[in-house]
Amino acid sequence: MAYSEKVIDHYENPRNVGAMDKDDSGVGTGMVGAPACGDVMRLQIKVNEQGIIEDAKFKTYGCGSAIASSSLVTEWVKGKTLDEAMTIKNSHIAEELELPPVKIHCSVLAEDAIKAAVEDYRSKQGAGHSHAEVAAAQVAH
Amino acid sequence: MNQPQIIDLESKKPLLIDPDRPIYLDYQATTPVDPQVLEQMLPYLTHDFGNAASRSHAYGWTAEKAVEKARQQVADALHADPREIVWTSGATEATNLALKGAAHFYSGKGKHIITLRTEHKATLDTCRQLEREGFEVTYLEVQEDGLLDLKAFEAAIRPDTIIASVLFVNNEIGVIQPMEEIGRILRTHKVLFHVDAVQALGKIPVDVEAIQADMMSVSGHKIYGPKGIGALYVRRKPRVRVEAQVHGGGHERGMRSGTLPTHQIVGMGAAAELAVQLMDADAQRIGKLRDRLLKGIQDRVEETYINGSMEHRVPHNLNISFAFVEGESLIMALKEIAVSSGSACTSASLEPSYVLRALGKSDELAHSSIRFGIGRFTTEAEIDATIELIAGKVGKLRELSPLWEMHLEGIDLNSIQWAAH
Repeated sequence: MAYSEKVIDHYENPRNVGAMDKDDSGVGTGMVGAPACGDVMRLQIKVNEQGIIEDAKFKTYGCGSAIASSSLVTEWVKGKTLDEAMTIKNSHIAEELELPPVKIHCSVLAEDAIKAAVEDYRSKQGAGHSHAEVAAAQVAH
Repeated sequence: MNQPQIIDLESKKPLLIDPDRPIYLDYQATTPVDPQVLEQMLPYLTHDFGNAASRSHAYGWTAEKAVEKARQQVADALHADPREIVWTSGATEATNLALKGAAHFYSGKGKHIITLRTEHKATLDTCRQLEREGFEVTYLEVQEDGLLDLKAFEAAIRPDTIIASVLFVNNEIGVIQPMEEIGRILRTHKVLFHVDAVQALGKIPVDVEAIQADMMSVSGHKIYGPKGIGALYVRRKPRVRVEAQVHGGGHERGMRSGTLPTHQIVGMGAAAELAVQLMDADAQRIGKLRDRLLKGIQDRVEETYINGSMEHRVPHNLNISFAFVEGESLIMALKEIAVSSGSACTSASLEPSYVLRALGKSDELAHSSIRFGIGRFTTEAEIDATIELIAGKVGKLRELSPLWEMHLEGIDLNSIQWAAH
């Protein structure tokens, strides 16, 4: 499998690897995928009082393209509002990383992870800071 | 330790230890031609180029003599008679000839064939073809350690069973099937026994009499001989008949036509003789390297799982799954080591190794498996470098893995309702 230089760069030097407190009301967590399918992505965003994503962290179990896609979106969502983050499409990710057709699903998963993280944050806000379960933040894709 | 090496003839430097190339640990995929073998092959490409079928001049006689010497060498390696050896283009063709050839010849007696789910694709795909032609095939399950359950095997034999085909040593997990017991059962029930001995020859003793094999496929390039050459053993007493699959000239007593590739045959003969000569020394040295590799990995990496029996296994193979890391990223991380993975992630639909699945391994563990194939030219330094790489890279990927984090937190991954993919 020939990977683009960008995929290899993100794979070898992944940005923003880590975890945040998923019970923090200012943190949104999105976990998508399934181990049996070979990809699980967890994206976490920290949203400030102005509604701006000020930090993002990820951990991914998956192929090089999946790791690169999630690493890339942590860079992209930082500094964006939630609505702006929701406009990131898998096609942008696939284009930026020059993903081959068989790896498009990795970019789809990364887009889903953003949506799941934003939805988790919003549900926490709307539900009066209730603790959302990690599993509840998953979306089918 | 007296370590065999492949030396460049001009520079006198070892050819296989090259800092610019990955460490080669894929000896079950293929092996380099041993220089001693190559030396014997070369004259037959240039000076002694005759056609072994030319009966009327010395060029043909020289080629024929070389072919017959090689036939004797391969026969000796299998404890067979040279008249029982048929040259083919490789073991895949040998297996095709054995199964299709015997199935076609004996189809009047019955149309049932028995094989295992963990066989090589050469056997499985040939059986699929025979099913399309109206034969019926039983694909037997194996036990968790990869070994055949002899009772289940015997129970699968029917009055119309004509052939059973069993892989002596599994190419992915290196387990050795109980061939003598299988041979005894089949002989009692008068069922023909085809053995795929590709991964056994040169690694453990192979004796067609001891295991009562009726047909046996072997290959040149797995025993430090050239690619493109193999052989099928076909028993003479009691006589086993196979229908030719390749026609044109009636070579190989009508069983396989086509001009014989003298240089490759010479290479396979020399390689077979050398493989038997070096078998004990190779196995002892390679076994030490394998144990060193296994201990090194187990000392440094938690949550590893060995695939297949360690007791009934050739020392040349180690197959390990690394939990909580994904197979393709593992292979990508291990680009400095040439190994095979249980994961065929070249397409969007991930297809984990059918052999590991047959052992009852989960998709995740099948995906994250690595086959280490150790061979004649593997060095201790290469093994030590491999241990370092594995420990470092698996550690790095686990740092990245949300599943590993959950495992450390004591969360049972099976308790989570994962979204459909």
